[in-house]
Amino acid sequence: MLPLLWTIPLWPLLGFLLNGFFGRRWGKKTSGLIGCATILVSFLMSVGALASLLSLPERRYLVAPFDWIVVGNFHVPFGFMLDPLSAVMILVVSGVGFLIHVYSVGYMSHDPDQPRYFSFLNLFVFFMLVLVLADNFLVMYIGWEGVGLCSYLLIGFWFRRPSAARAGMKAFIVNRIGDLGFSLAIFLIFWNFGTLSFIEVFERAPAVAAVSGGLITAIGLLLFMGATGKSAQIPLYVWLPDAMEGPTPVSALIHAATMVTAGVYMVARCSTLFALAPVTLAVVAIIGAATALFAASMALVQNDIKKVLAYSTISQLGYMFLALGVGAFAAGIFHLMTHAFFKALLFLGAGSVIHALSDEQDLRKMGGLKTAMPITYWTFLIAALAIAGVPPLAGFVSKDEILWQSFSSPIGHWLLWLVGTITAALTAFYMFRLVFLAFHGQSRYPSTVHPHESPGSMAKPLIALGVLSVIGGWIGWPKVLGGGSWFEHFLAPVFEGAEARLPAREATHSLGLEYGLIAVSIAVGLLGIGWAYQWYVKSPERPEHLRTRFAGLYNLLLNKYWVDEIYDAIIVRPLVGSARFLYRRFDLAVVDGTANGIAKLAQTLAATGVRTSTGRFRLGAVTFAFGCVVALGWVVYTFLRVSG
Amino acid sequence: MTLLPVPLGNYILLSGILFSLGVIGVLTARNAIIILMSVELMLNAANLLLVVFARVHGDIGGQVMVFFVLTVAAAEAAVGLAILVAVFRRKGSVDVDRLNMLKG
Amino acid sequence: MGLLSFLIFFPALIGVLLLVWPNERQHQVRTIATAASAVQFIASLWLWFGFIPGSGFQFTESIDWITRYGIGYRVGVDGISLLLVLLTTLLTIIAVVSSFSAIQTGRKGYYASLLFLETGVIGAFVATDVFLFYVFWEAMLIPMYFLIGIWGGDRRIYATVKFVLYTMFGSLLMLVAILWTYQYSGGTSGGTFNLFDWYGLSIPATAQPWLFAAFALAFAIKVPMFPFHTWLPDAHVEAPAAGSVMLAGVLLKLGTYGFLRFAVPLFPLGFEYFADTLWVLAVVGIVYGAVMTLIQDDIKSLVAYSSVSHLGFVILGMMALNLVGASGSLLQQVNHGISTGALFLLVGMIYERRHTRKIADYGGIFAVMPVFSIAFLIVALSSIGLPGTNGFVGEFLILLGAFRTRPIPATISALAIILAAGYMLWLVRRVFFGPIVHTVNETIRDLSRRELVTLLPLVILIFWIGIYPKPFLDRIGPDLQLWLSRARPQEMIQVAPKEEPAPAAVRKIPQHSPDTTLVPRRDAVPDHDDVATAGGVG
Repeated sequence: MLPLLWTIPLWPLLGFLLNGFFGRRWGKKTSGLIGCATILVSFLMSVGALASLLSLPERRYLVAPFDWIVVGNFHVPFGFMLDPLSAVMILVVSGVGFLIHVYSVGYMSHDPDQPRYFSFLNLFVFFMLVLVLADNFLVMYIGWEGVGLCSYLLIGFWFRRPSAARAGMKAFIVNRIGDLGFSLAIFLIFWNFGTLSFIEVFERAPAVAAVSGGLITAIGLLLFMGATGKSAQIPLYVWLPDAMEGPTPVSALIHAATMVTAGVYMVARCSTLFALAPVTLAVVAIIGAATALFAASMALVQNDIKKVLAYSTISQLGYMFLALGVGAFAAGIFHLMTHAFFKALLFLGAGSVIHALSDEQDLRKMGGLKTAMPITYWTFLIAALAIAGVPPLAGFVSKDEILWQSFSSPIGHWLLWLVGTITAALTAFYMFRLVFLAFHGQSRYPSTVHPHESPGSMAKPLIALGVLSVIGGWIGWPKVLGGGSWFEHFLAPVFEGAEARLPAREATHSLGLEYGLIAVSIAVGLLGIGWAYQWYVKSPERPEHLRTRFAGLYNLLLNKYWVDEIYDAIIVRPLVGSARFLYRRFDLAVVDGTANGIAKLAQTLAATGVRTSTGRFRLGAVTFAFGCVVALGWVVYTFLRVSG
Repeated sequence: MTLLPVPLGNYILLSGILFSLGVIGVLTARNAIIILMSVELMLNAANLLLVVFARVHGDIGGQVMVFFVLTVAAAEAAVGLAILVAVFRRKGSVDVDRLNMLKG
Repeated sequence: MGLLSFLIFFPALIGVLLLVWPNERQHQVRTIATAASAVQFIASLWLWFGFIPGSGFQFTESIDWITRYGIGYRVGVDGISLLLVLLTTLLTIIAVVSSFSAIQTGRKGYYASLLFLETGVIGAFVATDVFLFYVFWEAMLIPMYFLIGIWGGDRRIYATVKFVLYTMFGSLLMLVAILWTYQYSGGTSGGTFNLFDWYGLSIPATAQPWLFAAFALAFAIKVPMFPFHTWLPDAHVEAPAAGSVMLAGVLLKLGTYGFLRFAVPLFPLGFEYFADTLWVLAVVGIVYGAVMTLIQDDIKSLVAYSSVSHLGFVILGMMALNLVGASGSLLQQVNHGISTGALFLLVGMIYERRHTRKIADYGGIFAVMPVFSIAFLIVALSSIGLPGTNGFVGEFLILLGAFRTRPIPATISALAIILAAGYMLWLVRRVFFGPIVHTVNETIRDLSRRELVTLLPLVILIFWIGIYPKPFLDRIGPDLQLWLSRARPQEMIQVAPKEEPAPAAVRKIPQHSPDTTLVPRRDAVPDHDDVATAGGVG
């Protein structure tokens, strides 16, 4: 099984090629089948790979089909690595990816461009698998940019809509800003470590850090800059809400479950480097916590069902970075996994609603869908409970772990915990605001619309994800509550290098404290739900009332703190403006002007000189003869003078 | 010196006269054909000197050069006359005062 | 007659044949030109397969020409020129085939010009005699002058005169420098124009800056480097599509090639003298070219300005003076030929349909021309250096190498990669996405089979170099090593080994490090920038 590791990404690539070249000819049904089947094969192979990995004592397997770039000492094989971390990732990517592919068959059934859709989606899975399976920074970078490309293509899938095309472009460019950091980090790593292979870099890192700690800090910060782009953290999060222009399953797969977690994966992968530079971990934790709270606040007032989920995703990604930043790498990856389940489910449920209401995304035009769409409702409710952190669902386990770690970790801080806890309350609130607005109360959609439950191909993935959202967290059930933290132990070999560098964990925290914090985290979740119930079910006039009372705050949140506008004003406009100025006033006027000026000067001189050539033959002949006489006279004169 | 039946100065004088006649012809004539003939006259004035000095210095090179000049002169006459024919066809005249096609 | 002589003179021969071809059989001209360029391309493949990496100049021919002045007909191909020759033969056949429908008047002259151009370009790439190089260098201006001046757009005369005057201006100064060096090479006896002899000269340090400046100016204009770039947008905008392909694809490469072959290794001290200037000009060119593209409303001039930016990268890689950067620089020359060549080809195809190059006249054409749009997208992505395409390998190596030598300029240049994504995707968005705003565009037909065939080799190369660049890098590596040993002034080489060694952990080189296969068999100076001895950490 393991020697074939490198073929896992190839199946989706095959699907991409088949759908890309023949999809149109073979029709929608076949393209959907190819799309799903290739991912299924990858998933099954991933399961097989995991099984084989468990039997390896060193818990790591490397394979490199061929050399990619070789220039002198710069040697990068196209290498893949399977270890517990990448095993988790390929399972999540191919597993959730498969469910979303199945869902897409139903969701996209009316779209004539379905083959194109599936080919792009397959391509995405290919790049994502390359990203997580890479055994060196550069191959990871292929996947990293490749998923960005697919994100661009899929956000702009409905390219006729100008807003979709614009959103795709924005996503790609903002990501490229982050990628700049990533590539600079790669340069630094290569010239100082002499290799780009993960294993070798991490082995040499302590020695390098001993010589220059600042270097590791710089590398860590630059890598994290890449992560903020891909994982939509402050200050580069602005592309993700716009990315909701893409088809909803795309939002579920790319902009919730997998691609946006690439940054989290990358930081976890480089945990050794981050652990060697405490500053970088602090930055990761602070940015993560700040993003979590900031994004949650914006999610409170959004009216577009997908925008709420988008800000929620940013917020949850912040959570993951918070975990990484306090040295709880396994907890971060654990939340990544559970989040993939319930956030994909939330998006797919939202997609189901949008589908049923004929592409209506505005929460204010929904309501009372509970009876018409029971499967969607119940699965959505499960996911909402999971994200709100209600036990024993998946979200509770992972979120509680993060909060506990941010409080108790030696590099944690109670402030981080507080921010996390407030975010948890806000999360529960906005999520149930969404549930109540969409599924409860009176219907507010036009009477011409008859919502209906989605077809089986869409409903079944919902159910599967619903089940995962419940039980997915149990593999990491904490010890204090009678579990075994199996997930953490499984990942332990990957993070032991980093753990060894971090300050030792104190064992002094009492059990009482831990139980207390668990109680708090459950309590804030329930509080948020109750708060939403109070406002949106019991007394629906309250929000309206508050909106008028705190109009300023409301507008600030609704307009997302005007960050897009600020970026536009301080970056985009000056850039284009200065380009225009430079082009007109410098390129055309000065540079080209100088060249043309020289030409003009020559022309003027020539125009003066040309007047002497009148074209009259005799005048020319006389001038010539006169010239000859003068020349001859001069010769004779000098001759005479010299000879005496 | 003794090789020359006539003193050298006479040759030079004759050559000078011929050359001057040529120059005057070129400068004063209005008919292009006459100008062309005057140019030939100037060339021949030079040829005369070449031959004379070849004789004086006993160097055959001067006479060889004359052949070159004659050849070139023949070619020049051919090309020149061809041009004149073309000009005449176009302008109906070979009066150089009425030609100003080289005006810049 | 050797292979290289065939490659040089065969197109010219066919070109003459085309010129005297009877007018009433004009329809055969295309066929003859295609066949000739195909033969030419197939012949050039022999270079690829017969080339032995690390054996210096190969396929050499040397015939005395004007012995009195030490001028010889000396040609040969090494790793530096190999790929560029192949690129030329490939782009010529593509240029010929792509002109089938675009060129309706004066076909004889047009195809003959293309073939003459090929002769000039290949001759300049393989000449190892400086005089011979100069002859080809100037000779190629003539066919290009006609290509733009006769088959170009509305302002073609202005553009073509500007192009020729700019180039001539630079080359005259170069001629002076060539003659000076020729005189110097002679000493008391007669001089020589043999490049290999010139490499062995030790030209006085006081003269080198002037000589380098004269050479560099000629090449910088051709590249073109900022601020000599303004002829390029004009020439590209006015040139016919195939002319643009050849101009961007190979003619500009002569500038960068000239740096590699002549200016830098002949006058290393002069190079060092002007190093700061060149770094600045390269970085400014990269960023400036990229910024300029943002506001172009003409697709061709947008691509032209992007060329300024891309070629800045090529210079940057050269400035790095290490194997990684130099390899990237040379590979990026090829990449630029492929990607930008393909872009101009694509723009030509759409121009043929709509007779406009204004971005605003398009919009939403993905819906009517899916194949064309996907091809354009692939090429655009390769142009912005997406991993998996050729552009990434080149740009990455360049930046990696440059970062080693001077981190700050490399970082500033890396910013241009963001800008590149900006202008390219913005172009794609405005041309291909959104609703169709002009009803004329609703009926554009998609690519014909012939057009697809012309694009296909370029697309294949985009992915080939992107995914498996090893065959290319292996061929150019050894000669670049040798180049580095010439390009670095002597004192630098002597100082290098004394740099402080890296810590033990870092010194361990991966076992699969293949330098043994890459170091030339001759006693070339090994790359002193290799990581093991690279001066310490941080």
